[in-house]
Amino acid sequence: MDENTIICRCSDVTLKEIRELISQGYVTYDEIKRLTRIGMGPCQGKTCGQLVLREIAAATGQSIADLSFHNIRPPVVGVKLHLIAEEAEKHED
Amino acid sequence: MREVELLIIGSGPAGLCAAISAASSGASVLILERSFKPGGQLIKQTHMFFGSESQYASYRGVDIADILIEKLGEYGERIELMLNATAVGFYEDNVVTVLKDEKEYFKIKARSVICATGAFEKSLAFPNNDLPGIYGAGAVQTLMNVYGIRPGNRVLMVGAGNIGVIVSYQLMQAGIEVAAVLDAAPRIGAYLVHASKLARMGVPILTSHTVKEAIGKDCLEAAIVCEVDERFDPIPGTEKRFDVDVLCISVGLSPLNELLAMRGVEMKYVPQLSGSVPMRSESCETCIPGIFVAGDASGIEEASSAMAEGYLAGLCAAAKLGHASEDFEQRRSEYLKQLEDLRSGPVGERIRAGMKISQL
Repeated sequence: MDENTIICRCSDVTLKEIRELISQGYVTYDEIKRLTRIGMGPCQGKTCGQLVLREIAAATGQSIADLSFHNIRPPVVGVKLHLIAEEAEKHED
Repeated sequence: MREVELLIIGSGPAGLCAAISAASSGASVLILERSFKPGGQLIKQTHMFFGSESQYASYRGVDIADILIEKLGEYGERIELMLNATAVGFYEDNVVTVLKDEKEYFKIKARSVICATGAFEKSLAFPNNDLPGIYGAGAVQTLMNVYGIRPGNRVLMVGAGNIGVIVSYQLMQAGIEVAAVLDAAPRIGAYLVHASKLARMGVPILTSHTVKEAIGKDCLEAAIVCEVDERFDPIPGTEKRFDVDVLCISVGLSPLNELLAMRGVEMKYVPQLSGSVPMRSESCETCIPGIFVAGDASGIEEASSAMAEGYLAGLCAAAKLGHASEDFEQRRSEYLKQLEDLRSGPVGERIRAGMKISQL
């Protein structure tokens, strides 16, 4: 039933996919992020973060406190590119 | 670029109290609020608060929001509240980027910042957890108490903490049936007075239970629950089916503080405070001078502690900007005393342990 359990709502990544990657040796949030796009959608990892870290902790016998999440970068929500470009143009000179 | 003296991000209980406290000391404040309405979670809270008078005990959350917003008005132009304005980035030179009304993007440079961004809800992994009809408790409260919309007809609540139990009661007040409340823990997390109300109305509270799976084609039709053992593993043969159109997930909150993390504030994962939190001084100041944190963003507690932390952070941020009020020491020790009282006794044990770990 793991294939119907959604871990990442933004990119529709399932528990089955996460567990398969962990069993292949991808045991950091960042590695799984690069392979599946978890943490890169509108919620920026707020839905999947703890669920994925818990899976990694359970599979590797580590504690969640010792695992690292991804680097937090701006923007925290989606911003249209033209808005950023327009703001940059204002400050060009 | 616009420059401000004190920028407060978030207008929930912590942000509003921080603004009042800082402005009363003489600081000029800009508050950014991402919603169309100030008050944060207070505006959804139709139940009465406990605690002491200084945190508005026996008032309803929604009324506390009104009282605090009215107080903001007393400071005239010294406090500006910008609505529909999300802080989307926080950079080394204390520049904060803002998305306003989804159509304006600009920078603000602040001499000092108080991050009062609150919390986000934890999620739960079970088969078919993406079916329409499965909500977080915050969404259910927003639908009912902000917009007056019924989320459904028959609800199964997952989580017997204060939020799960209070939202269950509010659902019943709105004429919606609550089939049962589950919690994986062996005991009810909510205050007895809230849980007893539900029990008196005949709602079963099933401890040591979890959701096994959700069932439905286009939307939720039923949920299968089962008992769990002391290691939270499901016990085979204990499955029960509930025919419900809403599954409400209330399994806890995590501090929302990504802006502080990207600014380079020292963070630490503190389970007692429900997630990653900024290290801070007794005065709510982080390792970067002039950057403060208050409320759930610094660790999950209740609105009453968020208000006291907000007052303390606002007072100390203003003092650091050169606006030390005459009664600074007296007010500072009063807010610290309020926080100590709120975190006293066996209920506050976890919080006290967490505060110790996250203290600079």
